[in-house]
Parts: sequence; C-alpha cells; structure tokens
Amino acid sequence: MQITSAIPIAEMVGANRLVLGNGIVHVVGDAKVSVDEEKGIRRQLVQKALEALQRDHNE
Amino acid sequence: MRVVHYLNQFFGGLGGEEKAGTPLEKHEGAVGPGKLLEQFLGDGAQVVMTLVSGDNYAVENQQSIIAAVLEKVREANADLFVAGPCFQAGRYGMAAGALCAAVQAKLGIPVITGMAQENPGADLYRETLFIIDSGDNAAKMRDVLTRMATLARKLLAKESVGLPKEEGYIPRGLIRDHFVEKTAAERLVEMVLAKVKDEPFESEMMPTAFAPVTMPPGVRDLKKAKLMLITDGGLVPKGNPDKIQSSAATRWGSYSIKDCADLRGEDYEISHGGYDPQFVRQDPNRLVPLDVMRELEQEGLIGELYDEFISTSGLANPLSNTRRMGREMAEKAKRLGIDAIILTST
Repeated sequence: MQITSAIPIAEMVGANRLVLGNGIVHVVGDAKVSVDEEKGIRRQLVQKALEALQRDHNE
Repeated sequence: MRVVHYLNQFFGGLGGEEKAGTPLEKHEGAVGPGKLLEQFLGDGAQVVMTLVSGDNYAVENQQSIIAAVLEKVREANADLFVAGPCFQAGRYGMAAGALCAAVQAKLGIPVITGMAQENPGADLYRETLFIIDSGDNAAKMRDVLTRMATLARKLLAKESVGLPKEEGYIPRGLIRDHFVEKTAAERLVEMVLAKVKDEPFESEMMPTAFAPVTMPPGVRDLKKAKLMLITDGGLVPKGNPDKIQSSAATRWGSYSIKDCADLRGEDYEISHGGYDPQFVRQDPNRLVPLDVMRELEQEGLIGELYDEFISTSGLANPLSNTRRMGREMAEKAKRLGIDAIILTST
C-alpha cells in the first residue's frame, strides 16, 4: 500500500490501496502541531494504511 | 555470417511447461524457427549454434545464464545474436532481453529479438534494444522473422535504421535530428483541425502506458504479518553510503533499523531534489513512520517490522529505472517473506 500526498500520480501508475498523506513535505507528520499531536496524526495515518492492507478491493 | 540463436524450451523443441526447468543446452546448427531465420537472413547466413533453456531456469539463474551465453557466443565467433521471437511469453521475453542486452554491451555485435509490446521483457529492454513488435500470435512467426532478419541485416551493414513504424520495432524513445517541412506550430494546428473535424491524425508524443496492476489479496492476520517500510522520499543515513542520486536515481538502499525505536534527524539526510526537506530532516519519522510502527509492534497489532527500511529518490526518473528498482525491491521483499509493505511517497 502507499501513503502519498500525490494521489493522482499513484492512481495514474495503477497503484492499489492508497491513503492520502499529510502533505508532500511531511507525508506522515505535521510541523504545525505539538510533538504529541503530530505522533497521533502519524498513528492514525499508519492505522489507515494497515486497514487498507487488509482489504481485498480498493475503496 | 555466423549467427547464434537463443530459444526457450518450447520453441527449441524440448517440450512445454514440464521442461521449463531445463538448464542451458547447446546445439549445433539451426533449430525450429532458426531454420527460417537462416533463410530470411540470406547471403549465406548460418545459424552455427542454437542455445536452448527452460523459461524457469533462465529467469531463476539469470546471472549464470548470461555468463554462459556470453562465453558460447564468443566461442562461436558470432557476427549476430538473435533471441526469440518470444511473442507474449513473459519469462522468455525477460531472458531474451537480458541476454541480448548483455551480448550487445559485452561483445559489441548486433543483436535482435522480437516480442509483444505487452511482454514484460519489452517494458524492460525496449530502450536498450531493437525489439521487433511480434504481437501475441505465434502463427505470425514467418512475418516476425522476416522483419527481424531485415533489421538485423541493416544493423550488420551499419545502415541507418528507419523509424519504429517503418521497421516494425517497438519505439525505443530515442530522439534524433530530422528535417521536417513544417514547423511544430503548423503541425500542431493541423492536428487540432483534424481533431475537430473528426479526421485521423497522429500525435508526435508517445503516450505513456501503464499496464493495470493486479491487486493482491488483503493481509489475513496482521498480528502475524511481517511488514516492511519503503520510501521514495530519499531518506538515507548521513553520508549517503549508496550514493543514491537526488534526481533520476538509479540505485536504492536498505538501511538497518534494528533495535531502533525511532529515527533521529542527526543520523540521516535527504537525497531528493524538488521538495523542501527541512521537516523530514528535523524528524525522519515524518517520512518513515518508525516510531509508530514500533508502538504497533509492541502492542501486538502487527506481527513484526522487518529490521531494515528501503529507500530511494523518486524524482524525475525514467520509467525504465523505476520499474527495475521496483522489481528489485519486490524480489527482496519476497525473498525475505515480507507479507505487506507500506510505501511512503513525497
């Protein structure tokens, strides 16, 4: 599966199981929030990724 | 003219899939399609040696078969190396492409092969080789061999080679100088006019084609799964030990995260142009989410995280590079028994 902030590119090359990341410069981060909040955001994204990995079909 | 011809087990007359494990065999003279090839090459051309290998053997032992074929082609004192045609047969195409590329590079003699555009071998070697577009129908053997022979003769005579559609080879993406009657603007306007009038016209840009990727089934039990992290955001250890280029990278690296709970900015750098790397430099977990993966691992939500992450730079890169690197990474993951991969992209 792929976490990316450039979903159209991933779709164009035929990638499956896509999760929208939180920006090109920090796909699984956020520089505008506190360190704890940022880790929470990252965890949510990774958990979404794990859900996508268990699916048999694209959403 | 001395020719060495490579065939798979099927066209080499050994048998079908049950013979796919057959190691490389050497035969004197032409075998199967080689007889027609000889005839179409004309001018006393002689297939002095035919090399036959099973498709599985060739793909599973690529390095050793390349070395063996190079030695035999050298020994045969060949003027020309021909492989296939392979039509739609994927493993055959991969082997034919690899062998032709090696002979061309190491021995410097002309090489020619033929395969369908959709053959993965065409995808991988179209830029390196002249590959006659064979289509997928093996009943067209005569026609394909005729075109292979015609182009091979031109290559041998060092004559100039026509455009892909004139010679029947798969476009290589080469750019060359060429006189034209009309400027680009005039040609473009003509195309637009033809388009609005619903008349046929031919674009001068080759559209990039992406074959659909089959989605593998989902992971059944994450708690037992072995996961791997890959990024194309260019995160590399300080000093960039594999010298991964920041643009059009030809290499990728695999870096240890054994016993690491998270990634620290002072240990890493970014080799990737185009995006502002300051945020990932501060905290590489923003690109490779190791801290969270370790938590999930400790909590037992995932089975295991593989103790290296893979990285390369995904910027301004020709498809031939990225496809090769993707294949190499997938092979490594498969070898290691990885169940699932999270790829983070910038």
